[in-house]
Amino acid sequence: MSVILVFLAVIVGISGWWLSHQRLMSKPWLEEGSVSAFPGTESGSMPAAKLGLGVFLAVVGALFSLFTSAYFMRMGLSDWRPMPVPKLLWLNTGMLVLSSVALQCALIAARRKDIRMVRLGLITGGLTAFAFLIGQFQAWRDLVADGYYLSSNPANSFFYLITGMHGLHILGGLFGLGRTTAKAWSDAPNDRQRLSLSVELCAMYWHFLLFVWLAIFVLLAGWAANFIDICRQLLS
Amino acid sequence: MVDVTPGSVGPIPPAEVAEMELYHPHSWWTKYVFSQDAKVIAIQYSCTALAIGLVALVLSWLMRLQLGFPGTFDFITPEAYYQFITMHGMIMVIYLLTALFLGGFGNYLIPLMVGARDMVFPYVNMLSYWIYLLAVLLLVAGFFAPGGPTGAGWTLYPPQAIMAGTPGGEDWGIIVMLSSLILFIIGFTMGGLNYVVTVLQGRTRGMTLMRMPLTVWGIFTATVMALLAFPALFVACVMMLLDRVLGTSFFMPAIVEMGEQLQHSGGSPILFQHLFWFFGHPEVYIVALPAFGIVSDLISTHARKNIFGYRMMVWAIVGIGALSFVVWAHHMYVSGMHPYFGFFFATTTLIIAIPTAIKVYNWVLTLWRGDIHLTIPMLFALGFIVTFVNGGLTGLFLGNVVVDVPLSDTMFVVAHFHMVMGVAPIMVIFGAIYHWYPKVTGRMLNHAMGMFHFWVTFVGAYLIFFPMHYLGLMGVPRRYNELSDMGLIGESAHHLNAFISIMAFIVGFAQLVFLFNLIWSIRHGKEAGGNPWRATTLEWQTAHTPPTHGNFGKELPIVYRWAYDYSVPGAKEDFIPQNEPGSFGPSREPA
Repeated sequence: MSVILVFLAVIVGISGWWLSHQRLMSKPWLEEGSVSAFPGTESGSMPAAKLGLGVFLAVVGALFSLFTSAYFMRMGLSDWRPMPVPKLLWLNTGMLVLSSVALQCALIAARRKDIRMVRLGLITGGLTAFAFLIGQFQAWRDLVADGYYLSSNPANSFFYLITGMHGLHILGGLFGLGRTTAKAWSDAPNDRQRLSLSVELCAMYWHFLLFVWLAIFVLLAGWAANFIDICRQLLS
Repeated sequence: MVDVTPGSVGPIPPAEVAEMELYHPHSWWTKYVFSQDAKVIAIQYSCTALAIGLVALVLSWLMRLQLGFPGTFDFITPEAYYQFITMHGMIMVIYLLTALFLGGFGNYLIPLMVGARDMVFPYVNMLSYWIYLLAVLLLVAGFFAPGGPTGAGWTLYPPQAIMAGTPGGEDWGIIVMLSSLILFIIGFTMGGLNYVVTVLQGRTRGMTLMRMPLTVWGIFTATVMALLAFPALFVACVMMLLDRVLGTSFFMPAIVEMGEQLQHSGGSPILFQHLFWFFGHPEVYIVALPAFGIVSDLISTHARKNIFGYRMMVWAIVGIGALSFVVWAHHMYVSGMHPYFGFFFATTTLIIAIPTAIKVYNWVLTLWRGDIHLTIPMLFALGFIVTFVNGGLTGLFLGNVVVDVPLSDTMFVVAHFHMVMGVAPIMVIFGAIYHWYPKVTGRMLNHAMGMFHFWVTFVGAYLIFFPMHYLGLMGVPRRYNELSDMGLIGESAHHLNAFISIMAFIVGFAQLVFLFNLIWSIRHGKEAGGNPWRATTLEWQTAHTPPTHGNFGKELPIVYRWAYDYSVPGAKEDFIPQNEPGSFGPSREPA
């Protein structure tokens, strides 16, 4: 359960830092009066949707940390036989990186109000993310063809489970991205105003899922095992 | 002292918190059924939770029928008994307590108490309820599935949960249960995002974090914990579902059953226990923290005195929230863990008693020399304190490895957690319903029925669960549907069991009176007026009772003080609402 504990420690750190700016030491029973006397303690000015996405990403982070924790725990048993990582995953990783970069470009363009670049970025981001999903599916099929079935060994099960979960999150993201793309083509003035925020949220989500994917890739490829061994030896 | 009189501030600048765009319903369906108004969603959540809770109550009667009078009722087979026990536990912990505290009270109180018009994502909030309802319906569907619901115990430990021999293990029961939990978690996450972001972004002007009522602090912290803890249950459920449906072996070791090896091999049942309790222990506090918060407000309001140690209360809530994530393995002392781990978890378990004890001290000191009104909410709040202390003390027993090992899996454990996370939070729920019902409906609950409900519930709960501790000390195991003539257990245990069962029926009956009161008082209750308890928090200062869509009138309230200005010397009344400007009296100088 070490990974999830580290993750929680990070969350506690962020919350603690934020709380420390909220005048937790104040004595509210002595402080009557208007709020202008206490600057910085108002409701945040960040758009609610952005904060909401941030909280949601923390939940997703906890989810993948838990999968990873479970993976490490099972890996610690003596009969662990890891699965080979298909070469295709490298290509897929490239696709996802590209997707993230494209959305970042769209974000920069949205801030400059360059609608053509926004559209291009969104479309590229969507297509490459879709290509990533196809690639993941193909990787599954290759593995099955080579006889690595879902239930033949726990390492296989974990591989399919974790990549599948990540894929589902990308799929959900594509839904949001689709709505944003529709907004980029819409002429309603209301949509135009919100476009920048939507693009920003998509980019945030994509960067986070890219980060999760890289972590998963490292994990599944077995490179994380050595790192964990070193940690274990340091602890014991 | 930072004292700003309204005159010195001048005219209040236009609201810096942007007014949110409210969704305005156009038809009866969008107003009362597919409503995006947090208050309607709260009532929907509460009614659904109470309805499914009633099912769990009936299940507990069936269990007590079997335990008190074994063999009398043919339809309670051992399998049926396990199914009752499982569904009772799961419903009470997750579908009733969690849903009612966060989905019910959270939805109703957060926007009103922080001065918001609604939750920040009303549409997602609505989805949250409908997914919850779907989860509940799926859970109920388990009763009609071939083979009935799962009988794996509420902890659903593998490998038995998905094997033949456990009711529902090889039928639909366990699949339905796991799917329902997964849905619940998805639905809860949607609601939880709303509660957290509303507290962070939706507060009205002047409502600093340290001016929020403790109810909001409790629900807020519990929601943050739930958002981080429920994924563990989600992971466990998904993995077990795959084990059951697709034949993977996450949790299933190699097993030989009736001389034949099952297709599973290589899984780790302990892994499930870690995941389950990583959720399961914070879950105790997910239920307890809102109760802590609400009870603080009840005590302060009905004792007409400011809460003692507000800052300490806030810190304790946050501290308990953080600590509760590092105690989970105290549920697994008997799983064969390394002694040092046991030592670590026993230590953290005992440490968490410190902030909890601070809260109890503060409640008692709030009561000290207060102007205590023995209203029904106050009675329930007092009942909570007593029950919680009792249940908490036995927790200190069980938190120690050496004491836990012999007591593990006995009725002592059952008695402990029913006291501390069953009866105690339910007491708060009742108190809170009696307290806020006038705001929700505009009418008071009937007092006589309320008195009957409180005294029977409080005394009855003690008569049920106190003897149960003794059963545990005698060695009566939990989860046994029948003791028959087990040598080590004396005759007295059987008499005690019969007594407990009779008490359970009486207490259960009192709950029916309560439900009747809820329905009866909607039409026949005394008119409540806007602020019957003369309370300070914002929900009592709304222009209309019940509050209309958008909660407050044209202008959002502006907050000038904390939530606990009761019996302030020099003030006209013995309470000053949070949105009342002005300073009162010389006694407000710091000592």
